Amino acid sequence: MLATDARNGIRADLRLIGELIPQGARVLDVGCGNGDLLKFLEDTKGVDGRGIELSQKGVNECVARGLSVIQGDADRDLVHYPDDAFDYVVLSQTLQATFRPREVVEQLLRIGRRVVVSFPNFAHWRVRGALLFRGRMPVTKALPYSWYDTPNIHFFTLRDFVDLCAELRVTIDQSLALDRRGEKIAFRGPWWFWNLFGAQAVFVLSQRSAQRDAPSA
Amino acid sequence: MTPRDNGRIDAARARQEADRPSSPLVLFGPDRPLKLDSGATLDRWQVAYQTYGTLNADRSNAVLVCHALTGDQHVANVHPLTGKNGWWSRMVGPGKPVDTDRYFVICPNVIGGCMGTTGPASTNPDTGQPYGLDLPLVTIPDMVRAQAILLDHLGIATALAVVGGSMGGMQVLQWAAAYPERVFAAIPIACGARHSSQNIAFHEVGRQAVMADPEWAKGRYLAEGRSPRKGLAVARMAAHITYMSDKSLHAKFGRQLQDRDAPTFGFDADFQIESYLRHQGVTFVERFDANSYLYVTRAMDYFDLAAPHGGRLSEVFRGSKTRFCIVSFTSDWLFPTEDSKVVTRALIASGGNVSFVEIDTDGGHDAFLLDEPELFATVDGFLRAAAHARGIA
Repeated sequence: MLATDARNGIRADLRLIGELIPQGARVLDVGCGNGDLLKFLEDTKGVDGRGIELSQKGVNECVARGLSVIQGDADRDLVHYPDDAFDYVVLSQTLQATFRPREVVEQLLRIGRRVVVSFPNFAHWRVRGALLFRGRMPVTKALPYSWYDTPNIHFFTLRDFVDLCAELRVTIDQSLALDRRGEKIAFRGPWWFWNLFGAQAVFVLSQRSAQRDAPSA
Repeated sequence: MTPRDNGRIDAARARQEADRPSSPLVLFGPDRPLKLDSGATLDRWQVAYQTYGTLNADRSNAVLVCHALTGDQHVANVHPLTGKNGWWSRMVGPGKPVDTDRYFVICPNVIGGCMGTTGPASTNPDTGQPYGLDLPLVTIPDMVRAQAILLDHLGIATALAVVGGSMGGMQVLQWAAAYPERVFAAIPIACGARHSSQNIAFHEVGRQAVMADPEWAKGRYLAEGRSPRKGLAVARMAAHITYMSDKSLHAKFGRQLQDRDAPTFGFDADFQIESYLRHQGVTFVERFDANSYLYVTRAMDYFDLAAPHGGRLSEVFRGSKTRFCIVSFTSDWLFPTEDSKVVTRALIASGGNVSFVEIDTDGGHDAFLLDEPELFATVDGFLRAAAHARGIA
């Protein structure tokens, strides 16, 4: 989970995710925090937005802001949503804090036609440096917690995630690497390059159409 | 003035409120009969209600408030019998979350109640005597059906919001289920889609207390000039315990003694909590009709929203466009948070638009009536968003 770095009212990585989502889409934001992204999307894109948030404080704040948000968590509560209920499902900076990340990604793909996932990259050079040279668990801008109080329980790298997408036979529609400030790395490099220099990553996924159209029974 | 005289005066005034209330009143005749779930029909019936604020030109800013078991239509004005402020004057009023400067607020007394809408204390037009147990049993859907007829009468096709706590929340859910197109937004607070076995059990204890009082006279006490005050007071005392949390009781009363330094080794009200409950019981009977208590608790017991859909709650709301904001309280053990989560999950499964807020409080079930800033912020924000979505500035 990323520490709040409010600039222009909304975190840079959230703004970037917001820009990926088209006008008027039906959007579910899983782990929506205090509702910044949903509010941004409703105000600028006119989306039909819903949210799930673990902390009751976050939920109450969202509802008081006029957003449709329920208390729940990604591991347990996604099963209640019907198939294809949303055009976009967003999971921002949360996957590494779930108990069963693989099942969570599968659920996201079931309920959303497209899935936007953002996560901190554990292979960023600063993380590697902290382990290699200092022999310490890294505490960076993208991973700001000490090992004993971090909510992040499944660390993974950008390339790990690409492998998971292949395993799940998921189409990667778009991928972005972000620098330490949450800004897009402007030029496109090979995966190893992004894996080294991307502090965070944002992926847009969709189910392979063949799989989706297959008869279910 | 002896307490007994005091009781008689109150009883006379309460009788008057039941038939000729100080609230606005609509009388319906055989052209608008009220069909009840029991199969019976009321050909002549009446609804008493209060309103606050002004209906806009589009008739789009109406907020219907549904009251709880022992509540009534006096939401935000001084109560004609008790002289106290309305039961939700913290929530409803100018500048309050349900802002009467912005919304037109309506609260009717429920069918089966005793503050002017037809109930067992009303005079039966066929006999000229109080109905007593001759009134057919009523249900939560009956209450809502009567309210829908009232909104027709007031020219309100769709309410901006229907709001209520406890039994009021049950009515909100019933409104959304029965008339989805007439409910733009719904705020069911501290309730559930059905009454639990435990809740039915508590109600049965209360009813048995009333009926065990010889003054109840098989429900004919009004015609015979009697009053089952003791039975109703005991019912109220038992029920009142269920509205509070153990923690709040302990914080308020602990084991403190009432106006004494040592126990008396008798059955007087030694403890403050005993004295408090006795006071609750005694003041309640001055304003509430015992038979009404039987009818309305029964209506709650019968409530099971999913029953007509084979127990599948998600079917109840399928296709609904209503925006829901469901609220529960952490210390409410009468309608625990899980009851609200069941409704939330059903709405999610049916593709509904739902928010769910659990408020951390020691206030117990009655928290919806208390000073709970998070509740106010939730209702305020949700209502503003609903008003905005409906094009009300």
